[in-house]
Amino acid sequence: MKFLLKIIKDFPAYLWSGWGALASIFLFIACWDLGAQLYGELVLPSPLKTFATLSEMLQSEKVWAEIIITTKRAFFGFLISAVIGSVLGLIAGLFATASMMSRPIVTILMGMPPIAWIVLAMIWFGMSDNTIIFTIVVASFPLVFVGALQGTRTIEDDLKEMCDSFHLPPLMKLTNLYFPHIFSYIFPAWVSALGMSWKIVVMAELLASNNGVGAMLANARAQLDTPTALALVVVMIGTLMLIEYVILEPIKREVELWRD
Amino acid sequence: MERLVVESLNHSYGFTEILKDINFELNEGEVLSIVGPSGGGKTTLLHLCAGLLDVEEGEIKNSFQSSAFTFQEPRLLPWKNVIDNIALGLLAKGADKNEALEKSQQIAIQFGLEKKDFHKFPKDLSGGMKQRVSFSRALVIKPSLLFLDEPFSALDIGLKQELQTHLIELIHQKALTILFITHDLMEAIRLSDRILLLKAEPGRIVKHFKYELPQMQRDNEYIYKESAKILLDQQIIETFELGIK
Repeated sequence: MKFLLKIIKDFPAYLWSGWGALASIFLFIACWDLGAQLYGELVLPSPLKTFATLSEMLQSEKVWAEIIITTKRAFFGFLISAVIGSVLGLIAGLFATASMMSRPIVTILMGMPPIAWIVLAMIWFGMSDNTIIFTIVVASFPLVFVGALQGTRTIEDDLKEMCDSFHLPPLMKLTNLYFPHIFSYIFPAWVSALGMSWKIVVMAELLASNNGVGAMLANARAQLDTPTALALVVVMIGTLMLIEYVILEPIKREVELWRD
Repeated sequence: MERLVVESLNHSYGFTEILKDINFELNEGEVLSIVGPSGGGKTTLLHLCAGLLDVEEGEIKNSFQSSAFTFQEPRLLPWKNVIDNIALGLLAKGADKNEALEKSQQIAIQFGLEKKDFHKFPKDLSGGMKQRVSFSRALVIKPSLLFLDEPFSALDIGLKQELQTHLIELIHQKALTILFITHDLMEAIRLSDRILLLKAEPGRIVKHFKYELPQMQRDNEYIYKESAKILLDQQIIETFELGIK
């Protein structure tokens, strides 16, 4: 609770530090506009056109429904991979053999292109939610797994010995030594897994679903509706930035205050 | 009376014999130093005595009520601030949280830490300050037996003396028993009632030295004189290989 208050207290200062980021975003939009003037509206709609389309789209309840479907899928997939990845990673990290054996498997999972998973999932699950969620899980699970594994493997023996010398009870050792250390590895892994889920969900929907933002993107492509396509991209990026910079980054700053 | 008795202790890592037939006892209120060259098994011996390693052969009887350990490196938890680090041992013993924090702050002041440092994380502390925290953490639980594993070796002479003076005060009040390992003979002479010389490969005790003068009365002159004397001892010369030019 104290922790939450501190995050809220520091939030305005954090937001204020965002002017630099905002400036670079505006610079990017300026370049975009230049591109639009050079290549014309069909190839690259101007930012103004895009944002106008976007605000028009956001008036429609149907679009919101699609966005919510996508968010649900991404979040659900992320949740599954976060839970399974964390638990399995912790267990694997505790045993030398398990961590050794899991490494090549993780390499295979990470090396396999998500698009290949989508094809397989479509064969296995058909055009359903399962296909999409499966793809998200399979793509983001290894990230969490590796984070948890490394967190558990890298606890210093020196600190363990110190805790033993003070006869810390097992539960206290867990909360004072293991959790904080592992968390410092697992939290960034969650953040990247969330980003990954967000990207994969659109791709999976584009190929294997008839609703959600991905499917809307596929429609826009079919109708050569570039402004809508770009507006959807803006929605995706905007949501990710909102989650990352407004929710996750302030938490990360507080949690990792002790880091160099 | 509380005491630590080590009887015919042997220890090996694989086929390498680290310690061979170690016998000694440490009585309440005493300061016992074990000196010897690096790699001679001193740390292993201390870890065995503190129960951080399992005894394989021989016996260690420890009747001290409580003990604390100060390591060569501070070994602070990087995600805890100064006060929370100090309070660790107290909380492990089941002390009330507020009381533990209160006591930790008091001892931090005694060990020369300032109020403004209390909420700093270890990354923001100098090496000396970290070792002050480490000492506070060990002594705040009022251990009857303190294990010191060369905790002064990385400190400047001023801080070294300051921390040793703290310990000497506690020794003077008969509040503390210390098992101290070091390779620094002057340090050992300043603090100890008895010194055991541990020769390497395998680690075995080859000589005892005894110092009767109370630690409070040992001035620099006494320490220099005794150091010069001990450095001429044939066993010391052999153990530390001082003869090799």
